Amino acid sequence: MAEHVTEPEDKQREAAPAGGVGIPDQGARFSRDGETEAEPRRPREAIFQLEKVVVSYGPKPAVRDVTFDVGRNEITALIGPSGCGKSTLIRCLNRMNDLIPGARVEGRVLYHGEDLYAPNVDAVEVRKRIGMVFQKPNPFPKSIYDNIAFGPRVLGRKQNLDETVERALTQAALWDEVKDRLKTNAFGMSGGQQQRLCIARCLAVNPDVILMDEPCSALDPISTGKIEDLMMELKREYSIVIVTHNMQQAARVSDKTAFFTVELASDDDHRTGRVVEFDDTEKIFTNPADSRTEAYVTGKVG
Amino acid sequence: MEAGSTTAAGARAVPSLGAARRRYGEDVVKGILILATFLSILTTTGIVVALLVPTIEFFGDVGVWEFLSGSKWTPLFEPPSFGVLPLLVGTLLTTGIAMLVATPLGLGAAIYLSEYARPRVRKTIKPALEILAGVPTIVFGYFALTFFTPEILRGLFNADVNIFNVLAAGIVMGFMIVPTVASVAEDAMSAVPQSLREGAFGLGASKLSVSLRVVFPAALSGIVAAIVLGVSRAIGETMIVLIAAGQIASNSIDPREPHYSLASFIGATAKGDVPTGSTEYKTIFAVGMLLFVLTLVMNLISIRFVRKYRQVYE
Ligand SMILES: Nc1ncnc2c1ncn2[C@@H]1O[C@H](COP(=O)(O)OP(=O)(O)OP(=O)(O)O)[C@@H](O)[C@H]1O
Ligand SMILES: [Mg+2]
Repeated sequence: MAEHVTEPEDKQREAAPAGGVGIPDQGARFSRDGETEAEPRRPREAIFQLEKVVVSYGPKPAVRDVTFDVGRNEITALIGPSGCGKSTLIRCLNRMNDLIPGARVEGRVLYHGEDLYAPNVDAVEVRKRIGMVFQKPNPFPKSIYDNIAFGPRVLGRKQNLDETVERALTQAALWDEVKDRLKTNAFGMSGGQQQRLCIARCLAVNPDVILMDEPCSALDPISTGKIEDLMMELKREYSIVIVTHNMQQAARVSDKTAFFTVELASDDDHRTGRVVEFDDTEKIFTNPADSRTEAYVTGKVG
Repeated sequence: MEAGSTTAAGARAVPSLGAARRRYGEDVVKGILILATFLSILTTTGIVVALLVPTIEFFGDVGVWEFLSGSKWTPLFEPPSFGVLPLLVGTLLTTGIAMLVATPLGLGAAIYLSEYARPRVRKTIKPALEILAGVPTIVFGYFALTFFTPEILRGLFNADVNIFNVLAAGIVMGFMIVPTVASVAEDAMSAVPQSLREGAFGLGASKLSVSLRVVFPAALSGIVAAIVLGVSRAIGETMIVLIAAGQIASNSIDPREPHYSLASFIGATAKGDVPTGSTEYKTIFAVGMLLFVLTLVMNLISIRFVRKYRQVYE
């Protein structure tokens, strides 16, 4: 993997533990079992392990029975009909649901083997390592430069800020388009540029995992293509989880796919999502085990 | 598709478009609303005219420059002197002290309510704050005179203050203004889209960073509007200054001393027995005009900021 790493990246990651190409140095504090770091090139190494995860906003679960792994340097796609809990689930991977009063997570969410919801885990620390890109581009009402520099600034990483900004924008394939107007307001950018800015903003804090909740749903096909290329590029260094409604997108970019479905309770109208099938993307799209998966990916329902 | 189906449904719902009917109820309501609008415009115009006429007459007796730059205010003495500066000093002093109190407390409360408080807490505290904003200012005035000066300033802090002093009036006026500042600033901060907060949290920002570095700047124009609104309330405040700061026009900026202000002079003189039509009587209107202009300027600034702030997210 190291051969893909670009020059500045090498410098940046020098401090990382040996072999920790995909894990930034800060990630080390989360991995209690040294095994993962001793053997970084095992065929498939799990960044996240989810076991029987249930997320609820009220008395009844919004999504349940979620059991799958997210591998390092892989793109994992979450697909399924609206309301099946994809956003709910992806938001519990970086404890974003903590912000919603009443949201609860049960079951186990392991991140590098460590329970994300253990009482001693600080949600703010978690989010430094697990970045998030949202459905609607949400740049801050600041300049392009200040948007990218925001993360490093609040995390107190103020040295070489110019370098960090340039590297993040370059990684997000945006540098050439904006290098002459770094001081202008980010609201003046196109939607596709704003979304890549949000990706760059996330890269600037040097995360371990990037979560993307329908990052292309507000974009045109050309911008979408650019972001997909970008994801393929980024997966060399990062692990990515993406929610998408676009079957072609899931098939094109992801390595693994989790298919969710939504079930209506018979007694009331409560809907609960669950994972029906999780497998290699190729298998999900060509030879799924469950008939519901097949119906969904071939466009017969949903 | 959406638009198409709506039109189709609309066409179905109205078989004949020719059956226009006069809705008299609506005409009546519309009439009342127009009346109300004109009445408020009329009242404002009336006030301005009523203020303007004696003010112009006043400036026939006293020079504008003498009024604005004179530092001696003794309109009721012989010989009278009409320098408004001492009143202006009193107004600025009490307003300054009040804002030193109201700005940090009000913005702190706003940040707490908008960013930290749980929804239920916010739903209880916000109306309570707004009720506090409705307490008559005379109550605050007596609170300042009979409790704050003797018990707090003299008692607790051992301060060597006159029983009538600017400090107590200013601080208590600040308390009075806190709800106004907090409420308007809280509205501005709550209007900042949740997606901005999530973006910042997603980068590993703490709650404090999100509040101070994302929400606060994004709501800045609304926050400035809140402060300006507070300032214009402070400038116009009559009762607290009248009761707690005494009625002595001076050029001193010592907050332990008594002071007069534009508004408290009007309050005191208007209830006195100056003969109608005299120059002394007209001073009330000249000072009122000055006050009106000051508050108007503050409110115009405030409106500008609010407008700018609306442009960002709507
Ligand atoms: N903040 C919330 N409070 C209460 N219920 C919520 C909240 N967010 C989501 N839900 C509920 O949880 C369920 C799953 O919603 P979620 O947004 O995760 O679905 P989704 O799969 O992302 O759908 P979509 O594809 O439309 O984005 C829905 O029934 C929704 O109503
Ligand atoms: Mg969603």
